[in-house]
Amino acid sequence: MSARAESPRRHRHSAGVQLILDYLQRLPPYRWTQSRLVRWGFTGRSAVIAVPYFWLLLFFLVPFIIVLKIAFSEARIGIPPYQPLLTWLDGGVAQLQVNFATFRMLFEDSLYWKAYLNSIKVAAVSTVLCLLIGYPMAYAIARAQSTWRHILLMMVILPFWTSFLLRVYAWIGILKNNGLINNLLMWTGIIDEPIVMLQTDFAIYVGIVYSYLPFMILPLYSNLEKMDLTLLEAAADLGCRPFKAFVTITLPLSMSGIIAGSMLVFIPAVGEFVIPELLGPSDSLMIGKVLWNVFFTKRDWPAACAVAIALLLLLVIPIVLLQRAQNAEAKGSHK
Amino acid sequence: MATNARPQQQLAVWNDPQAVPYLTIDRVTKKFGDFVAVNDVSLKIYKRELFCLLGGSGCGKTTLLRMLAGFEAPSSGKIFIDGVDMTNIPPYERPVNMMFQSYALFPHMTVEQNVAFGLKQDGIAKDEIRTRVDDMLGLVKLSQFAKRKPHQLSGGQRQRVALARSLVKRPKLLLLDEPLGALDKKLREHTQFELVNLQEQLGVTFVVVTHDQEEAMTLSTRIGVMNLGEIIQVGTPKDIYEYPNSKFVAEFIGNVNMFEGRLIEDEPDHVRIESAELESTIYVDHGVSSAPDAVVSAAIRPEKISISVAPPEQNDNVVRGIVKEIAYMGDMSIYLVQLASGKIVRVTQPNAYRHADASITWDQTVYLSWHASSPVVLSE
Repeated sequence: MSARAESPRRHRHSAGVQLILDYLQRLPPYRWTQSRLVRWGFTGRSAVIAVPYFWLLLFFLVPFIIVLKIAFSEARIGIPPYQPLLTWLDGGVAQLQVNFATFRMLFEDSLYWKAYLNSIKVAAVSTVLCLLIGYPMAYAIARAQSTWRHILLMMVILPFWTSFLLRVYAWIGILKNNGLINNLLMWTGIIDEPIVMLQTDFAIYVGIVYSYLPFMILPLYSNLEKMDLTLLEAAADLGCRPFKAFVTITLPLSMSGIIAGSMLVFIPAVGEFVIPELLGPSDSLMIGKVLWNVFFTKRDWPAACAVAIALLLLLVIPIVLLQRAQNAEAKGSHK
Repeated sequence: MATNARPQQQLAVWNDPQAVPYLTIDRVTKKFGDFVAVNDVSLKIYKRELFCLLGGSGCGKTTLLRMLAGFEAPSSGKIFIDGVDMTNIPPYERPVNMMFQSYALFPHMTVEQNVAFGLKQDGIAKDEIRTRVDDMLGLVKLSQFAKRKPHQLSGGQRQRVALARSLVKRPKLLLLDEPLGALDKKLREHTQFELVNLQEQLGVTFVVVTHDQEEAMTLSTRIGVMNLGEIIQVGTPKDIYEYPNSKFVAEFIGNVNMFEGRLIEDEPDHVRIESAELESTIYVDHGVSSAPDAVVSAAIRPEKISISVAPPEQNDNVVRGIVKEIAYMGDMSIYLVQLASGKIVRVTQPNAYRHADASITWDQTVYLSWHASSPVVLSE
């Protein structure tokens, strides 16, 4: 805590501490340090704000720079499996070797950009499906009686208490050829042959929509729950039928919830690895799977890092766009 | 007390037995579970009236208004507007608009879009919508704010948007729920008169819900005083103030001194009441329909009592007391005078000229007197 923050809070200290503080504050070094700290913008408030920035710097920016560094190096066989970017030659001269070939490969090798496109397609379709399923659920919870509301909300959150991996595994048991659904359909005589569902794109969608649905429902719920219901009464009073009132009032007012929920589903879904690995076809082109293969099977660290950075850029663009839309929305409907 | 803003109007239609009511509320009851919010209310409201439902919180006035708008269905009884049974018509099909207490402006729409919203629902041509919205915004003096969003407006401006939005569809009936409740005092007084002018200009029938008796007195042609889900009295502001029909109404509207007593003389042209709270009897120069010897209350308004240092020249309706409290309000002074029985009487005197109150001070013995026509005799 900075020195400045202490002085206005005099009365908080006991008499003895106060005496020492008063004495200290009269000394020139104390005043000098304090004035310097304030001049550099280092106050109690900035110290608090600095904590999250420090966290991001340490656990996001630094790892990112390491990954970036590896992406620009050349692969080799050894430990670590890449050439150093910076080498010291004799006589204290530094040599910088930057390798752009890996990034060029991302564009040239159709495997990569097809995987990117497919991942975005899968994530986008899953987001739309989550929205279509999640919106009515969030709406129903937000309009339910308050006793029911808590129970329903609890049921949305309940799956988080079981491991994500276990829940995805459970879907294998449900979807496989002699699994729950097929056995039930065959037993009732609706089908004679089992329907192949596991290891199809369908299974990937089921897995992603199932896993990420709560992330769509929760922001939508908190948005819809805050809505002023007299607005709907006002709309009805002005001659608007309930469905049209939903489209013209409720839907635009919940746009920030839709955007937040869509971001929370789309972003992790693009890089999803576990679900396509467990439920999808073995040749499914998802960028998360490609990254895994390049890293662990091919042991090509620079290529894997380049894939990760391209993925990051690919995600940052929609985030920035959605954030901008959300800000505009917040500005428009701010009371 | 505010004076009535309109000329004692349009000859009182409600006294004409031939007149056809525009809004008829016929024995309407609304129950929420075991709680009776509105209990067997019947009302007839006429075209171009500005009718106020006045009552404290929880008296059922808002529930009654919401039934008129169609947001609540009556548990029993019927509602007719312009002769058509509206009881089971949904709100979006009623020729009725409401101005909400919170205004309920659509936050994502501009002022213009808010006002146009109702017209769009009716599928009116775009040109006509534009002219009607422009006219309406001009009427409420908001033309230059047409492109603003509600959060960019002041409270008074929002109130006018809400009013414009509810009036632009030219409803047969406009319902206003505490229309001035969110405004500060000065703005409220100003807006009261604007509202009355607008109503007369457009000729729309208004039903206003308010808990503010001064607002009700200023605005309305007639007031319906409500308590515990029932209409206690319906009448013009003057009727309600001068001739309350019950102790509740007398005490709810304005201030009143209530003397409990017994009828000792009961003639067609006068009555005399003996009260343990007064040294003398109360002489009232009009008869009342009450059983002799009945326990009654005599209600006397504070402004109808004169205060003087010298004994007045009348024998009846004079009491003596000691000034306990003086409140100088500027336009008038309030005196709290204690009688020999310990009863505190509230008296107000206008400060018609400066130092009008100079002769009366604390702990002084004074005489209170009133005219024989002033007391209202109430039996319940």
